[in-house]
Amino acid sequence: MENIRHKRWVKSTHLIITFSFVALTVSGFVILMAHPRLYWGQTGNDLTPALFELPISRNYHHGGWEKSVPFYNTAGSPVSAARTYDIFNENGWGRSTHFLAAWFLVITGLVYFITGFFSGHFRNNLLPRGREFSFKFFWSDFVSHFRKQTSAGVGPKYGLVQKITYLWVIFFLFPLVILTGLTMSPAITASYPFLLKIFFGHQSARTIHFFSAVALLLFLLAHVVMVARSGFKRNIRAITFGK
Amino acid sequence: MKEKKLMTRRRAIFTGLTSASALLLSGCLKRTPPPTYGNILRMGDDLTYMAQRGLLSQRALAVEYQKSDISSFPGTGNNNPADPKIKASYSKIYEDLQRNNFKDWALSIEGSVAKPGKYSLADLKKLGQRTQITRHTCEEGWSAIAEWTGVPLGPVLQHAGIFPAARFVSFYGYDNYAESIDMLDALHPQTILAYSMNGEDLPVEHGAPVRLRVETQIGYKSVKYLSRVVVTDKFVDPGPDISNGWSWYTGI
Repeated sequence: MENIRHKRWVKSTHLIITFSFVALTVSGFVILMAHPRLYWGQTGNDLTPALFELPISRNYHHGGWEKSVPFYNTAGSPVSAARTYDIFNENGWGRSTHFLAAWFLVITGLVYFITGFFSGHFRNNLLPRGREFSFKFFWSDFVSHFRKQTSAGVGPKYGLVQKITYLWVIFFLFPLVILTGLTMSPAITASYPFLLKIFFGHQSARTIHFFSAVALLLFLLAHVVMVARSGFKRNIRAITFGK
Repeated sequence: MKEKKLMTRRRAIFTGLTSASALLLSGCLKRTPPPTYGNILRMGDDLTYMAQRGLLSQRALAVEYQKSDISSFPGTGNNNPADPKIKASYSKIYEDLQRNNFKDWALSIEGSVAKPGKYSLADLKKLGQRTQITRHTCEEGWSAIAEWTGVPLGPVLQHAGIFPAARFVSFYGYDNYAESIDMLDALHPQTILAYSMNGEDLPVEHGAPVRLRVETQIGYKSVKYLSRVVVTDKFVDPGPDISNGWSWYTGI
């Protein structure tokens, strides 16, 4: 296969985004540990039903609540209850690490977007072209990923499945995870309330944020497996400091 | 022959980005950021603070909801300063106030104001009233919607006669908890001293008799069980948030 080297700006943005993604994953997990329950809609808390709850910290199903008191004298009234349980909460560094890493991701991501667009990187290397637009071609490329393969090149040009996956990650998953993250901010949604509309509310945005992060992690896993199968050392050298 | 251009594309992008960031910076530099004590996380917090102040509308109101959106609401953090068993948040004064149903409660307004003094709930109520159904967003990850009625902080500060040099407002609760906010959030129309929740007096676990509501920041800025409001010219972090490892500004 034809071998084109990775451009220097691709290597450096890839490196920064990799590190910030790892920091975001670790800190995001720590934040989720403080409240491992996910909801749909505007609100959700320990006194309302959850979509599901993850057994990832001592906060899972903790029953440390005083007797709940209804706000109104009607059936099914929302209630108030005081918490008596000392929860796991490392959000002091968890949140600040998350947002610091997010700054690196967003700024580097913007540089990547602008350069990728104007340099022709997206057009020339990522957009499928001509004969690639066929299901047969997609299927044979897809199946070949499960066979023993060692002949792939170390830079562009990319295969069809590779192109489609990268486009999905760059133009869908990353924008989605960033926008749903911003939708959880009280100051940002005061200025841009449409964010709460398009993601169906604050807690829905949090749930979508979680699932898009999981999708990105699954991509990372598949990406690393493919990198390893097609020559780990060679690939790592090509995307970092190698020539 | 090589084509002669006034500007290459790369150069145009570079110039555009530089001037955009210069504009952003000039908007931010008028503000002094909170101290970071050399901690990289606090530097990130300051970047978020400056960027949100520079890029967002400071007059924009947080989303207000319908009565039907009101949800259940956990009481977290300090839940009763009158309970001597919880030493960290116990207050004898608060216990006495609570026994008397807060009839003797008064808010002390101090610092960089022309007329410092004590304001009873009746005094405060004369200065205005605002009811808002807003979302409380907790740093832990949960959120809840309630209807709050209270006195907007802006008119209270104006009545006390804040000096032009005043920049920050600190809030002290009877539970030994404290926070400060900048003047932009203090004068925000939705920043209120709330005395009613969902149409009733504030329950004890939600900060009786009066709590702060800062709707443009995360929940932990909304101090419960208010006892003192102190206006300052210089930055103070009474929590302290920063040296306890938390972000002072929590617009996100």
